[in-house]
Amino acid sequence: MADITLHVNGSEKKVSVSLETPLLWVLRDTLELTGTKYGCGAGLCGACTVHVEGSAIRSCSTPVSQVAGKSVTTIEGLGANGLHVLQQAWIAEEVPQCGYCQTGQIMSAAALLAKTPKPTDEQITQAMNGNLCRCGTYERIRKAIHRAAGNGGSR
Amino acid sequence: MSPLSRREFVTAGVAAGAGLVIGFYLPHKSGSQEDSFSPNAYLRITPDNKITIVVARSEMGQGVRTALPMILAEELEADWKQVEIVQAGASTLFGDQTTGGSASVRTTWDPMRKAGAAAREMLITAAALTWNVPRSSCAAEKSRIKHAATNRSLTYGELASKAATLPVPTDVPFKQSKDYKIVGQRVPRLDTPDKVNGTAIFGLDYRMPGMKFAVLSRCPTIAGKVSSFDDKESKKISGVSYVGKIGDSAVAVVADSVWGAMEGRRVLNISWDDGPNKDLNTAAVTASLKQAASKKGVSLYAAGEPAKVSGRRISAEYELPFMAHAPMEPGNCTAHYQGSKCELWAPTQVPQDCRDSVATAIALDPEQVKVHVTLMGGGFGRRLEHDYAVEAALVSKAINAPVKVIWTREDDMRFSTYRPASLHQLNATLDGSGFPVALTHRIVSPSISGQKGQPVPNGVDPDLPDEAGPVYGIPNYSIQYVVTETPVPLGWMRSVYALQAAFALESFIDELAVGAGKDPLQFRLHLLAKDQDLQYFTTTWHTARMRAVLQLAAEKSGWNTRLPAGRYRGIACFGCFASYMAEVVEIAMESDQPRVHRVVAVVDCGQVVNPSILEQQIQGGIVYGLGNALRAKITIEKGRVVQGNFDDYAPLRMEETPVVEVYAVPSAEVPTGIGEPSVPPVAPALCNAIYAATKKRIRALPILS
Repeated sequence: MADITLHVNGSEKKVSVSLETPLLWVLRDTLELTGTKYGCGAGLCGACTVHVEGSAIRSCSTPVSQVAGKSVTTIEGLGANGLHVLQQAWIAEEVPQCGYCQTGQIMSAAALLAKTPKPTDEQITQAMNGNLCRCGTYERIRKAIHRAAGNGGSR
Repeated sequence: MSPLSRREFVTAGVAAGAGLVIGFYLPHKSGSQEDSFSPNAYLRITPDNKITIVVARSEMGQGVRTALPMILAEELEADWKQVEIVQAGASTLFGDQTTGGSASVRTTWDPMRKAGAAAREMLITAAALTWNVPRSSCAAEKSRIKHAATNRSLTYGELASKAATLPVPTDVPFKQSKDYKIVGQRVPRLDTPDKVNGTAIFGLDYRMPGMKFAVLSRCPTIAGKVSSFDDKESKKISGVSYVGKIGDSAVAVVADSVWGAMEGRRVLNISWDDGPNKDLNTAAVTASLKQAASKKGVSLYAAGEPAKVSGRRISAEYELPFMAHAPMEPGNCTAHYQGSKCELWAPTQVPQDCRDSVATAIALDPEQVKVHVTLMGGGFGRRLEHDYAVEAALVSKAINAPVKVIWTREDDMRFSTYRPASLHQLNATLDGSGFPVALTHRIVSPSISGQKGQPVPNGVDPDLPDEAGPVYGIPNYSIQYVVTETPVPLGWMRSVYALQAAFALESFIDELAVGAGKDPLQFRLHLLAKDQDLQYFTTTWHTARMRAVLQLAAEKSGWNTRLPAGRYRGIACFGCFASYMAEVVEIAMESDQPRVHRVVAVVDCGQVVNPSILEQQIQGGIVYGLGNALRAKITIEKGRVVQGNFDDYAPLRMEETPVVEVYAVPSAEVPTGIGEPSVPPVAPALCNAIYAATKKRIRALPILS
């Protein structure tokens, strides 16, 4: 066990956990931020995606020690001032079915738009391919990203 | 008008705190007793003008928390903006609460409409009495009763208490579909906002004070047991508070965090008694199917006498593997055992089965077990089981504290209940033009219900009547079922037996069309040319409706237009869960592998309740079906499931996802299933496209093996 200081969604959090604990479980169990999901534990599905210093990472495969002192953003902190433009687009396109993977999808998409404000279809596929959705919402995800990017919600 | 039968009645009563409470009662499914009644819809209108509709089906992404209330609200003439929903837990008040078989809308369509209509009529009467005017001069609109002549109106909330004192009408008029304001509209789902901001509470997210976390180490060999275990290393892990045997075949590790429990399990030392299946492998399962194929089967459908028809004969065999549901949210359940009662928070499609199985497992009465139904991160049939709930209750009892049992992805993959591997033998006798005048389809498969010890009336697995019916009006047409056995645990997976039946039948029909030198669409239309009603158990399949979906799919896909060089199409149709479906799949071959570019899907599912949800379900079903067709395969070696995660059991990703266009045949018929019918035609349509591209016929799934 070790004391670690995290910067999550703009606040400083001190946690006492073993250093190799994946960030995912610290977020969910210690900080009770359950919007970040467990899907595979192996970085294969993207349900656990959060931002570290603005980049999308898989929190299930990231030891908490690696993010000590770094800025972590989860779905709960994405729309600090109301809903993020992607969350609005997700609602407008009615993307979620079961919804379980969608917070991770939105975090991946947000990292994409932060670097590539007007992504092409190919760039969207590249950025989103690591995020699985068993309900098969990929087409609406693509539309929602285009909508958020101001591309009019179409390909 | 839809008269209510003598055995159906609506009850109303004064709710605690006053207001109109209305439940609509139907006799229990199996009950023939006059006194065996259970309500299956429930509505509450309170004086503060709140309209609350109880949803007694589980939300796993298919939109029941929106679609079912829409049906009731339509008849109620409710202002949709006022409607709030409550999720029912396991209850004795709602009939069978199982969510499966694409049945939520089709089985609640009448009860929800009746509950809404009865309440509306009572509210009208309450207003007429209040104003002392004829009922006929009052009308319901947007949660108000209006009296146009005097320009007066009262809200439902204002009328609720009075309405609750009135007798319940036994004969209520239903609205006509042309007057629908809510049903048929793209009403936004009520659950979307919480699902994009992270506040939606799935089973895995539920928290309660003092709750521990547990993971179980289960015997990796099917039906094997724990011989002994050594928990010394596990107990050294920080936070691990308990290690103990759960049942015969698992050891639970309990900790104060998920990670602690996982780490405790990682170092747990168990020696297993591998039991009777230690030499079982997939090849043996396939061999047993082939061996059983010569057995006499049970007849599922029989028209004419195929055996007596003479002509050129053609036959082919098709094989399908075990598959796993793999919902995004792995199995989990929170249980709080408290001596004389136990409370569960379960992501489940079967709250009542969870209640009853848990009661048996921990020696309580069902009334002492309370099941809350959480949101589910997908279900696809996996949550028709109750193993996760029983485990949680047993662990909670063992530690005498609330606990959440979590399955890892590997647990989900290796300890699932699998879509049965099956073999299909198709035989046709052809006329001079190459059309089948006789067709025999033999389904060789273990029975899911049979394996679980559930009733298999007359030797027919109870799912087959919804999933393996005839498609074509072939005069001599026989569908037979040969049941086999396997120790591999079986479960109902999205579209269940329909996926297998459609792959075999619709691939074979394509083979026949190719053999006859005919266009696959025209070949099918010829076999559907005559208007016929094909009676299959309790469903009547109309050739005219199947013809219509095929024709619309052909039109929307541009079937008769030329494709660009390198593009190929395949078509397939199938009916299941009382809906008709046709799909055209457009592909290109890239390095000997198909790339699916476009799928045109046409459904006839009767009245569409919510076109946006319909589109979601069909797009999703096709993505699921493509994943099943291309790669889904569970194999067994030495009695153990080989696959463990999304690397060796790889679902479709965005890069492989085609554009899916969804069209519904306009209809005011009673709604039928939409959750599953889009899955079965995908594999044969894709394989038929691959044949068009390569002249190679795929007779075994998955395509990429």
